[in-house]
Amino acid sequence: MKLTDIGDPNYFHKVVDCQWACPAHTPVPEYIRLIAQGRYSDAYMINWKSNVFPGILGRTCDRPCEPACRRGRVEKEPVAICRLKRVAADFKDDIRERLPKPAARKLGKRIALVGAGPASLTVARDLAPLGYDCVVFDADRKAGGMMRSQIPKFRLPDSVIDEECDYILNLGITFHGGQRIDSLKALLADGYDAVFVGSGAPRGRDLEIPGRAEAAKNIHIGIDWLSSVSFGHVTKIGKRVIVLGGGNTAMDCCRSARRLGGEDVKVVVRSGFEEMKASPWEKEDAMHEDIPIHNYLVPKFFTHENGKLTGITFEKVKAERDAKGRRNLVPAGEPDQHFPCDDVLVAVGQENAFPWIERDIGIDFDKWNMPVVDEKTFVSTNPKVFFGGDAAFGPKNIIWAVAHGHDAALSIHKMLSGENITERPLPDVQVESQKMGIHEWSYHNEITTDHRYRVPLRDKAAALKDIRAEVELGYDPNLALGEAYRCLNCDVQTVFTGQLCIECDACVDICPMDCITFTQNGEEDELRTRLQAPAKNTSQDLYVADNLKTGRVMVKDEDVCLHCGLCAERCPTGAWDMQKYLISMTHAGDGKCQAVRSAA
Amino acid sequence: MTYVAKPKFHHPDLPTNDLGYTHRDYEGTISTLCAGCGHDSITAAIIEACFELSIEPHRVAKISGIGCSSKTPTYFLGNSHGFNSVHGRMPSVLTGANLANRELIYLGVSGDGDSASIGFGQFAHALRRGVNMLYIVENNGVYGLTKGQFSATADRGSKSKRGVINTDNSIDLAAMALQLGATFVARSFSGDKAQLVPIIKAGIEHEGAAFLDVISPCVAFNNHAGSTKSFDYVREHNEAVNRLDVIPARAPITVNYAEGAVQIVEQHDGSKLALRKLGADYDLRDRTAAMSFLQRHAAKGQVVTGVLFIDEKPHDLHHHLATVNRPLNTLSEKDLCPGSAALAKINAGLR
Repeated sequence: MKLTDIGDPNYFHKVVDCQWACPAHTPVPEYIRLIAQGRYSDAYMINWKSNVFPGILGRTCDRPCEPACRRGRVEKEPVAICRLKRVAADFKDDIRERLPKPAARKLGKRIALVGAGPASLTVARDLAPLGYDCVVFDADRKAGGMMRSQIPKFRLPDSVIDEECDYILNLGITFHGGQRIDSLKALLADGYDAVFVGSGAPRGRDLEIPGRAEAAKNIHIGIDWLSSVSFGHVTKIGKRVIVLGGGNTAMDCCRSARRLGGEDVKVVVRSGFEEMKASPWEKEDAMHEDIPIHNYLVPKFFTHENGKLTGITFEKVKAERDAKGRRNLVPAGEPDQHFPCDDVLVAVGQENAFPWIERDIGIDFDKWNMPVVDEKTFVSTNPKVFFGGDAAFGPKNIIWAVAHGHDAALSIHKMLSGENITERPLPDVQVESQKMGIHEWSYHNEITTDHRYRVPLRDKAAALKDIRAEVELGYDPNLALGEAYRCLNCDVQTVFTGQLCIECDACVDICPMDCITFTQNGEEDELRTRLQAPAKNTSQDLYVADNLKTGRVMVKDEDVCLHCGLCAERCPTGAWDMQKYLISMTHAGDGKCQAVRSAA
Repeated sequence: MTYVAKPKFHHPDLPTNDLGYTHRDYEGTISTLCAGCGHDSITAAIIEACFELSIEPHRVAKISGIGCSSKTPTYFLGNSHGFNSVHGRMPSVLTGANLANRELIYLGVSGDGDSASIGFGQFAHALRRGVNMLYIVENNGVYGLTKGQFSATADRGSKSKRGVINTDNSIDLAAMALQLGATFVARSFSGDKAQLVPIIKAGIEHEGAAFLDVISPCVAFNNHAGSTKSFDYVREHNEAVNRLDVIPARAPITVNYAEGAVQIVEQHDGSKLALRKLGADYDLRDRTAAMSFLQRHAAKGQVVTGVLFIDEKPHDLHHHLATVNRPLNTLSEKDLCPGSAALAKINAGLR
């Protein structure tokens, strides 16, 4: 197979599974090492530059990094990356001095941002220090968007949202709270140089089945209900509550209901428990609060008496594969099930809605009534209008919104600098050997066998009494240290130089994971079968290098490498070296904006 | 020396043997030898051989003398019996252990200093007596622990790291073993595990005195230009006489070997050795031919590797001495003290 080009920044980036999986490509191992060293502020700043909301994401992120984490392939569970991020936010010092200052000189270019959620705030964060006048509009009085309105306070306290939104609003941004934009045409007519739409996916899907209208008083749309709860408009719910839907919104709904008087709260989903959209940990949290999840039940009709809801009747279904292998839900042929209840929360999905965007201002919409948005530059068919977050491609999550925001900000900056927005800059890559002495490395290379540490929780009875009491207490510094040591330092790369190798096999013999093989080259599929240990995980690359005297090649299967450095430690000639590969995405104005000093 | 412990995690798809062990279960503690030492590769080959043979670790006794080589039993088979004896005295300790308990597998681990100098006599007599063992010499041609003086196996004319030319004749331990009556003699190279692992397996299964000389470059003191025990020199001058496949006793021979290209040797325990001939027409059942073959090639500066000689019907020391079939520690008072009636009978026979 072809020799590996380690000069390609993507090759070693992919080895850092967590960073590669993160939409914003946060350098995870780098900040975890800083947490282990007690340098919480430095760890926070790395996060802040990359994902803008470390304290918020450390509590609520969808964590695409964790399923990707190499530790999960080595033992049972991945590193608790998300909760370590929170540690950085919890224990940092006052970092305000380290934030960029409002621009001393303005460029005289105005950018309107619609919605004050994570996408818009990221755009503003990237552009304001460069001298752009950023004007943010939101229908709510305070900034934060769905982070404030839809995530329950027992998961994300207001104080955290306030702090991290203020870091951005204090960069010299104009914020118009409580001002809903009703016409994009009118906004464009105000002469803005660019408009960013980060208005989210604000409409909850309804469930039109018989009885819906008659029992309407006790049937609530999940996200609307959550936001009423957030703002204190709703403080009570019936004793028996059914939540329909299996996503994270449903989990937030049922747990909120438990705190507002719901004693018998249950979640009912159409499909199987395993196929639910909610993250496994959110399901666990709900079940921990005595909320059962019933599956394979399709709601048929609401039952009601004298205009009052009495319950829901469900049809029992089962999953079957059709001739084409597609999975379908078919009636199980069992009698219908009726669950009595006082209130129903409908959390069966969210939709985008753009009634405020006129169709004659050069923005094309597709057949699903979604704006046509470029996936790289986030520009719409109107070159001045950009979209990001849920408004761009439908409901995702905060970290995707942040990633969109960075890319859109870069596009806006390039557009307003007269550059071609389709030319995207390469990431910034720093490579440094970690060798300190013959057997000393500047990272902690001893591999702990500790299992994932549980995050301490508030006592259940106390937590259920107060909807504003945060359930997770976060790691203390000792637990954080234990968890941080579980990180395998995947960014400290095994770099091989064939010219130096004497083929003594020391690396092959010492490697605890049987990653390294010296053999004749061959086609990849065949090569994967004749390594020290079979390389079955084809999503992970083989590192192939030549320049060996015997004419063989060195093949390293990246899949389960522990990055323990023993290959380099047992190498007599320094053919193996452990080198830290620090990759940071290029944001708007990078090179001018020195927000974070290198922590290396 | 490496200070961190080798991580306990292993590859999730690591194969297991008949006992359910992975090769990681045959490891010892982490090596304290220099990085890149050939001995560590031999250690890895022993681990792999024992894993592949599904040997129960408690059935192995590993016995060594003094030197870099003799440290290595700590690094493999952490759950086996071990005895790190006096310099050059491994063969007599092993002989004693073997006489006391014939049921264990004996691995004698020694080096060129330990076997070709201080223990030369012990080496000779253990082989001469036919002790059932695998005697492995990890042969690097220098005294590594005392910074690289020539050992007795260093070739005449080879150059030390400091530039001194060796003027003494060398001892070829494989040739000595042939001459002394070892019933299995082989030589291999630490940098060629594909050859080394099957030879170790065959040597372990051989029920007689098996001798294996492994050229093992000393990366610290004997891996330079002018050395005849360096990685480069051995790779360039390696004259492999055969390649070996070890076929367990009950398994059928599944590989189809071309006529005449392979020599099948059946060992006493029923296992078969399939030897693929390389180049020279070599008959490994002919002891005297092997001796002259070795000397002819040594004169040309070539390092002959492979299985050099096998006696298919070996007899070991227990056979020569007609000893009891059971380990001595299983003999009870009843076995050892046949009683006064038996004594009276013996006495009567002497009258």
